[in-house]
Amino acid sequence: MSATVSKEDTGGRRPPGGGRRRPSLRSVLIWGAVSVVGAIAWTVLALARGETVSALWILFAALCSYAIAYRFYARFIAHRVLEVDDTRATPAERMHNGVDFDVTDRRVLFGHHFAAIAGAGPLVGPVLAAQMGYLPGTIWIIIGVIFAGAVQDMTVLFFSMRRNGKSLGQMVREEIGIVGGIAALIAVFAIMIIILAVLALIVVNALAESPWGVFSIALTIPIALFMGIYLRILRPGRVLEATAIGVALLLGAVIGGGYIDDTALGEALTLSKEWLVLALVIYGFVASVLPVWLLLTPRDYLSTFMKVGVIGLLAVGLLLARPVLQAPAVTEFAREGTGPVFAGSLFPFVFITIACGALSGFHALIASGTTPKMLAKESQVRLIGYGGMLMESFVAISALIAACVIDQGLYYAMNAPAGVTGGTPETAAAYVTGLGFPTTPADLAAASAAVQEPSLISRTGGAPTLAVGIANILSQAFGTGMAAFWYHFAIMFEALFILTAVDAGTRVGRFMLQDTIGNVWKRFGDLSWRPGNIIASAIVVGLWGSVLYIGVTDPLGGVNQLFPLFGISNQLLAAIALTLGTVLLIKHGKIKYAWVTGVPLVWDLVVTMTASYQKVFSSDPAVGYFAQRQRYADALAAGELLPPAQNAGQMQQIVNNSTLNGVLQAVFAVLVLVVVANAVVVIGRAIQAHRAGLPVPTTEEPYVPSTLVEPSGIFPTAEEKRAMAENRRLVGAGTGPEARP
Amino acid sequence: MTTAGVRGAVGRAWRGVRWYLREWSGEARWDDYLQECAEHGHEPMSRREFERRRADALERNPAGRCC
Repeated sequence: MSATVSKEDTGGRRPPGGGRRRPSLRSVLIWGAVSVVGAIAWTVLALARGETVSALWILFAALCSYAIAYRFYARFIAHRVLEVDDTRATPAERMHNGVDFDVTDRRVLFGHHFAAIAGAGPLVGPVLAAQMGYLPGTIWIIIGVIFAGAVQDMTVLFFSMRRNGKSLGQMVREEIGIVGGIAALIAVFAIMIIILAVLALIVVNALAESPWGVFSIALTIPIALFMGIYLRILRPGRVLEATAIGVALLLGAVIGGGYIDDTALGEALTLSKEWLVLALVIYGFVASVLPVWLLLTPRDYLSTFMKVGVIGLLAVGLLLARPVLQAPAVTEFAREGTGPVFAGSLFPFVFITIACGALSGFHALIASGTTPKMLAKESQVRLIGYGGMLMESFVAISALIAACVIDQGLYYAMNAPAGVTGGTPETAAAYVTGLGFPTTPADLAAASAAVQEPSLISRTGGAPTLAVGIANILSQAFGTGMAAFWYHFAIMFEALFILTAVDAGTRVGRFMLQDTIGNVWKRFGDLSWRPGNIIASAIVVGLWGSVLYIGVTDPLGGVNQLFPLFGISNQLLAAIALTLGTVLLIKHGKIKYAWVTGVPLVWDLVVTMTASYQKVFSSDPAVGYFAQRQRYADALAAGELLPPAQNAGQMQQIVNNSTLNGVLQAVFAVLVLVVVANAVVVIGRAIQAHRAGLPVPTTEEPYVPSTLVEPSGIFPTAEEKRAMAENRRLVGAGTGPEARP
Repeated sequence: MTTAGVRGAVGRAWRGVRWYLREWSGEARWDDYLQECAEHGHEPMSRREFERRRADALERNPAGRCC
């Protein structure tokens, strides 16, 4: 730390954006207005009961809160807590090699980072959490992102940047200790497997018995292959051309899918869940061993363009359609924990069901991987880390709105497992009406006819519900008659980027495995050794494939059983990341600011440990995995059948699955506690050393002065523009559209 | 605003979007490379070769994708 240039040393010139100055009248007026609009929106949401509430209030509450948080809290974290220093060269500048270390324009890097962090998580979690009503989800998404999620992303990005872009696992090992490091490594790998399996499960549930969906998704593979060959052989490097062709073909595939119903092809593509699992596993394996240029890279371009396009379209659609919320503010499931979508009460289960969008540990892997090696300026961690996560949170809010504006009878008919809805419109309507959300078989049949799906009953996993919500909003906004197209368009877009995440995740998992085993068996760690690639890919695919298969065939409903495991593991990963952040703040002598990561860490630990405890020890069989196991095992021993199991085989399956889920849950929690315990020891030592005036070594890279001049936010300030013009005059460098002649 | 002014603004916006997409997708790396070669007086490799090397570098640095 001694090498850090403090503000006083920079010749009296305040670093851009730092320092205190009197706010101008204009800025007082603008921020005053934002606060007032935000406060009104929150008041409407909090007080409205039993009357019609426009979904736009949620949107305004979110946007105003984000703006205030970004302007004030993120700035405070950047300048006071982390003390970003723009006179210090970033790894991209110091170690520039044009490959992974590359100074990248902040706006371009924002796009890259956002594309990397945003996936299906923020779309699915809020949809499932809508069973608690719209209010709990809205509050947690907005408050969570401001004080936990965005803070985690930004601090991990900053600390990794100060360490040449080291990974989360590496930083835990070097800064906390070997025990914590190993626990974190195992946790990261295991959590990744669960996440891949649950993501794949969502795709399977969205595509099962849906020939239109299968058709358009299957066609994304040849389309991506074509783009890959185009970019490699036909016209190397013309990414935009290839992507434009790919997007056009993709839209053609979605439209074309509407014509295959009632044809032989349509029949052939009506696949059961088991067949889809097999197809996904084979696909995942092949994609992991194929060269990336052929499938993964082009697919990634497609999925990112679609993702950004659909999110933009949905935001415009919401403004035009101004839908009214159908969900109540808070349902009785929130209080009693008896909801059919997932079991458990509001605390802690809302906070783990909505992971991505509020707080997502997985982001720490991205924020400590590619992104820190591309930052031009330290102060840009605020835009990229904090701002990127706010954007993801906005996606989550849009998804929550989409789930809350559809008819609630339909919502529960779609999201309750087949074991309770019975799978037919008649039984489902009776079940849902019994829950207190009146609907009729005719309404349910009409809903599926409107989107041209054979059935919407028990299409769990969130993706179909979101697609119905998107189709509703876009039909309202842009004219009716296209609902079926929008539905399948939405399904295609969700499946497309889930598959991209599965591809990329399998590959990252394979690298982790090869790297780890490479420590004991050198040859295996060589990434160019073909048999090693194949074995490692097969192991990774085999692991998530089996969890996927277990989920798909679970009589209790895979989403119902596995989604809590997914949410808790993601939040446990966040606990590891926040622990690292807290340790580093204390090691760097910033104990008075340790609460910035410490408070969200404590909250996250309380939530995840309560949830884990309940999932393991709860005596309620709907919540506790082992209680569930006991209940079915006892019945099985007595020769009885308990619904929804229909035979002894299914009873045995429930017993096995519950045991596995319970063991996994317990293991994850213990791994995280090991990391935290190790961190407590390290923190204690660091505080003692600081008190005694001894140095506390960290692996932070020493200060090297920067020669780059770049703005820190999206729009350069007048001061930054002057500095950039000055610098261009001197050295002629810079990024941005003006930089190139 | 005059017609010329509107045209100027539209032109700037179009150039901005085009710049963004080319940078984001990595197409602009080729331009950077040509410029670098010109500055240092190197003979540039063919675009095919250049893109091949870039793609192969991605092979070892998989971009993570989140949930």
